[in-house]
Amino acid sequence: MNHLDPIRHVRGESQYLDDVPVQHGTLYAAVVESPVAHGKLLTVDATAALELPGVVHVLTARDIPGENQIGGIVPDEPLLAEGHVHFRGQPVALVLAETEHAAHAALAHVRVEIAPLPIITDPRVAAAQGELLVPPRTFRIGDSEEAWAGCAHVFEGVAESGGQEHLYIETQGAYAFPTEMGGVRIISSTQGPTAVQRHTAHVLGLGMHQVEVDVTRLGGGFGGKEDQATPWGALAALGAFVARRPVKLVLDRMADMRMTGKRHPYSSDFKIGLSADLKIVAYEVTFYQNGGAAADLSPAVMERTLFHSTNTYFIPNVTATAYSCRTHLPPNTAFRGFGGPQGMFVIESAIASAAERLGVPATEIQRRNLLREGDLFPYRQPAEGCHAEQAWDTAAELFDLPARRREVDEFNRTHRWQKKGLAVMPICFGISFTKTAMNQARALVHIYTDGSVGVSTGAVEMGQGVNTKIAQVAARTLGISVDRIKVESTNTTRVANTSPSAASATADLNGKATELACLALRERLLQLASTELSMDYEGLHIENEQVLAAGKPANTSWEKLVSAAYWQRVSLSENAHHATPDLHFDATTNQGYPFAYHVYGTALTTVQVDCRRGTYEVQAVQIAHDFGQSLNPAVDRGQIEGGAVQGIGWMTLEELVYNEEGRLLSNSLNAYKIPDLYAAPKVLDVHFLDTPGHSRAVMRSKAVGEPPLMYGIGAYFALRDAVRAFNPDSTISFSAPMTPEKVLVNLHPEFTPTPSDAWNSPAHSTSATTSAAS
Amino acid sequence: MSQFYLNNQLIRTDQPAGSTLLDFVRYNQHLKGTKIGCREGDCGACTVLVGELDATGQVVQYQSMTSCLTPLGNAHGKHVVTVEGINAARGSLTPVQQAIVQEGGSQCGFCTVGFVMSLTGHALSSQPSTAASVLASIDGNICRCTGYKSLERAAAHLQQQLEQRPATEALPWLAEQGFVPQYFADMPGKLQTLRSADTAAATGGSETADPLPTAATSLDAPAAARARILGGGTDLLVQQPEKLRATDVELVYDQSHLRGIRREGTTITLGAATTAQQLLESEVMLAVLPQLPRFLKLVSSTPIRQMGTVAGNFINASPIGDLTILFLALDAEIELETAAAHRRWMPLAELYAGYKQLTKTADEQVTAIRFEAPAATDAFNFEKVSKRTHLDIASVNTAAWLRVENGVIREARLSAGGVGPIPLVLRQTSVALVGRPVSVETLRLAQQAAQQEISPISDVRGTEQYKRLLLHQLLEVHFVETGLLTKEQL
Repeated sequence: MNHLDPIRHVRGESQYLDDVPVQHGTLYAAVVESPVAHGKLLTVDATAALELPGVVHVLTARDIPGENQIGGIVPDEPLLAEGHVHFRGQPVALVLAETEHAAHAALAHVRVEIAPLPIITDPRVAAAQGELLVPPRTFRIGDSEEAWAGCAHVFEGVAESGGQEHLYIETQGAYAFPTEMGGVRIISSTQGPTAVQRHTAHVLGLGMHQVEVDVTRLGGGFGGKEDQATPWGALAALGAFVARRPVKLVLDRMADMRMTGKRHPYSSDFKIGLSADLKIVAYEVTFYQNGGAAADLSPAVMERTLFHSTNTYFIPNVTATAYSCRTHLPPNTAFRGFGGPQGMFVIESAIASAAERLGVPATEIQRRNLLREGDLFPYRQPAEGCHAEQAWDTAAELFDLPARRREVDEFNRTHRWQKKGLAVMPICFGISFTKTAMNQARALVHIYTDGSVGVSTGAVEMGQGVNTKIAQVAARTLGISVDRIKVESTNTTRVANTSPSAASATADLNGKATELACLALRERLLQLASTELSMDYEGLHIENEQVLAAGKPANTSWEKLVSAAYWQRVSLSENAHHATPDLHFDATTNQGYPFAYHVYGTALTTVQVDCRRGTYEVQAVQIAHDFGQSLNPAVDRGQIEGGAVQGIGWMTLEELVYNEEGRLLSNSLNAYKIPDLYAAPKVLDVHFLDTPGHSRAVMRSKAVGEPPLMYGIGAYFALRDAVRAFNPDSTISFSAPMTPEKVLVNLHPEFTPTPSDAWNSPAHSTSATTSAAS
Repeated sequence: MSQFYLNNQLIRTDQPAGSTLLDFVRYNQHLKGTKIGCREGDCGACTVLVGELDATGQVVQYQSMTSCLTPLGNAHGKHVVTVEGINAARGSLTPVQQAIVQEGGSQCGFCTVGFVMSLTGHALSSQPSTAASVLASIDGNICRCTGYKSLERAAAHLQQQLEQRPATEALPWLAEQGFVPQYFADMPGKLQTLRSADTAAATGGSETADPLPTAATSLDAPAAARARILGGGTDLLVQQPEKLRATDVELVYDQSHLRGIRREGTTITLGAATTAQQLLESEVMLAVLPQLPRFLKLVSSTPIRQMGTVAGNFINASPIGDLTILFLALDAEIELETAAAHRRWMPLAELYAGYKQLTKTADEQVTAIRFEAPAATDAFNFEKVSKRTHLDIASVNTAAWLRVENGVIREARLSAGGVGPIPLVLRQTSVALVGRPVSVETLRLAQQAAQQEISPISDVRGTEQYKRLLLHQLLEVHFVETGLLTKEQL
């Protein structure tokens, strides 16, 4: 959101990809998908499709002039299938037609012949068969093997978390135009304009300078458009390149859900050892990440799982291993939290498992093991500016944790068929791209002769408010009103070689670059002022668009100063580069200093379960969060509230269901449910912790994008708490999401129906499975 | 040819009646404020207002609708309002827009216009604005940035403002407050003119002829035409949008003789095109089923309830149709009319031959629905459990009607959806209850009997095991909710 964006949004004037006025001569593209999850691609025959009215081209891998490869980390992903297909929904061909209807109507007439091969959907099966996307990684500190003998208690278990569909309300799409130089210009709904540019150039056999990518804003991204906007941008560009006409490609909802990857499901083994006084002595965890059919961002997601495998706890002996497993699902990808939540779910499960078996509240173990200043993470970075205990204690005091616990227990004593549950979820999240080189950004700032300012950066606005923050940084640094600032679209010709808007780091990186550019301009203008006005530079300042000398208004204003600079032939433009200082990480030893800083917080979650129906509501989520010195409390609050509810969705309603053939059954909004108004917690309190922020954060305002999602994990454990209040002997597996089905089945494990024959309909003839606990 | 007002503009279009209002607005009229999110009525990004002249001809009643599921033909004679039609002068905001901006209720912005339109519809509603009703107005809108708390705060602000709204003839006040532009005041007159033109066309200029358009046309219509009848379109436009676009559909949503709810003696009769929302607002229905608001709250969302028709729910033949399950327990009958105007009544329970198969002939159309009003002493309950409580499709739904005298169940009718290929009447379970005392043992018997006559399958709505357990539980809930069994007994 730009600072004026909300006004455009409510009036319906904000332009998204599908709102761009259609250029004369535009062709519409539709994607022919693989109907099977794994097989040998024998033929693609478009003869019949090409005879249909309005169909202009059907492009296949053979039409790609450059290299048919869009893999970001590992080159293992063709743009259009060649030789084999590896997931259901994999793009096989591209239909170009005069109208959208004609393009879609032609899809069924492209004959795709595939010889089926065995399908793997389970990551553990893939690992057993050696189907790994990249070699496994292990993060190690201390010696866990050695430590077990000294533990008073050791518990083992399995924890599983499901995937999550991004469900950005604006689906994926791109609109590409041939340019006169033989290149392409792409309007893309992407978080990573440079990724679209780089891969498109590769696919078309062009220099990157021949491919321009422009992004105004996204109707939601959440990680789903970090790498996975690229195929659609590259396909539209391929169409425009071949047809020499503009090509528009917008996925409909079900195609988007079928064809794009999601948050990675994980299946994990844990072993936790505690001392007699409940200190966690050792922790071993093995993660099996369901990576899907190609690497995409899976190796980086897996790495972040390892970084966050101990959440906000200090554990002296840790061995954490992760396998990124190749299955025949669409390549799974970035999703807010980027593997962190999956890692945290397992350590919280391990703690809950220990607490339940020891008969102590989980909070006892959690509180006792929180990170303290100087404690080492398993990757050897020390916790600096650590607010883990402050966050917990503030939340516990402010929201009165002991009273909450008493209320829940009292309610459960007096209610047979309604049970409440309570859980505390502390979080710690590292801010930076873990690939150190990506922690750089540039800003291009123009001051126009009338004093208005245009700012271009690599940041993509997708609702997180980054443009508002950038405008604030520019206004504050230049000493002028935010109304003079326009944050431009993100364009690869203005700001090159950008990192994607991801890792919560966008405002930090691009905001810092903006600050540097504005500082340089400000200095230049004040130097001019000191010369022109014969004043001492040291005491000069711009505030509220007025030049101050030693605190007193001097005889010049912002507009006059800018005008004078132009006539004195002083540059009013600046291009600044920011690279986060001090970062390093060695991926061979898995040690270093990967994060600029960490963000802390704690949430209390209260739920109530209807034990007859198995339905539930999240009654309250009460959060104490470390914002540092918030640059924009309204935007930041929105991020915390939204992130928490999105995390609750992942842990409760949102259930991705694939069948054994790799077909997505939860393939539309009527089958995949995300939180609605009533599913959001009744009470959602956000307390801004009193913390100083960090000098590596933009204006000491800490990153807010991803950390709050992890508060949602509390909903799982609160529901578990409520189920166990009804049924203390329940042996619930650690399996998220906790759907109403899992709740009911765990409330009434004794139910054994006398089954009669199931009916079969044509619509349900394929075997359907859900991931329900049984 | 459809004629209607789109914002302040008279539209005459030959676009197919079965194509969507959404596509017309966005791609024909280039009004891009209305967004496409899902095309199945599940996200609300395409919400518009549809205003219809009421019986007095003086007032236009506005309802929020998801334009992705609104057949263009249903706009005929109406006032369709998109965000462009409520925007005030450049830079200034309506109170609804102002509240959302002020509370930070817009993040990525893609869903925002849908919320604006739903809340504007709420402001235009003739019902009083309460804390619950203002939230209900946005219960069909999904925000994936999940900024619901700020939207709730915006809604609360708005609700405060709306407390000042006059109870009747609110439009001048709403216009003065800037909720809608001044041209809204002209709409009753403009729609009157459209209506008169229609009547003139239908009657060939004669004032005396029967204004019912279907009777005349369907006499000569081939039998197959009956297959093209479209109710609210809330499921067919999801399942077969291309087919509907290419078909010459007959729209029944607006046929006033197919609407209305009346009571004669103990018999209640509904027009086939009665919407779920009209059920909810019907005093006749509320008098016999006081719990109806609780039941219907679980059925879809506010805009979809305003579009979907009761007969459409029946004919769609979904094994988990909520209204179907409710009316099965009421032992409803449907009136079927052939193209040749032959009519017959048939029990709803006999309509289903198999999965999505109907026993009615292809040229029969549902024209009315009737049922005997439950007595005040009868027990009636409807239950539905789905993954998400609201705006979701049931894993299992069930309804129960029980007539109890002196502690003994004299008559019983239970229905259940999601547990077989058709919406089921649980006949054996119902029989098992009759003649037995209201007791835990009787309930257990019924629960056992039910397991024998259901055949659920595992699918995306749940495993077979879950659906069996769920129905088992919900039968117990029927006894609890109706007060037949108390907490102490169970």
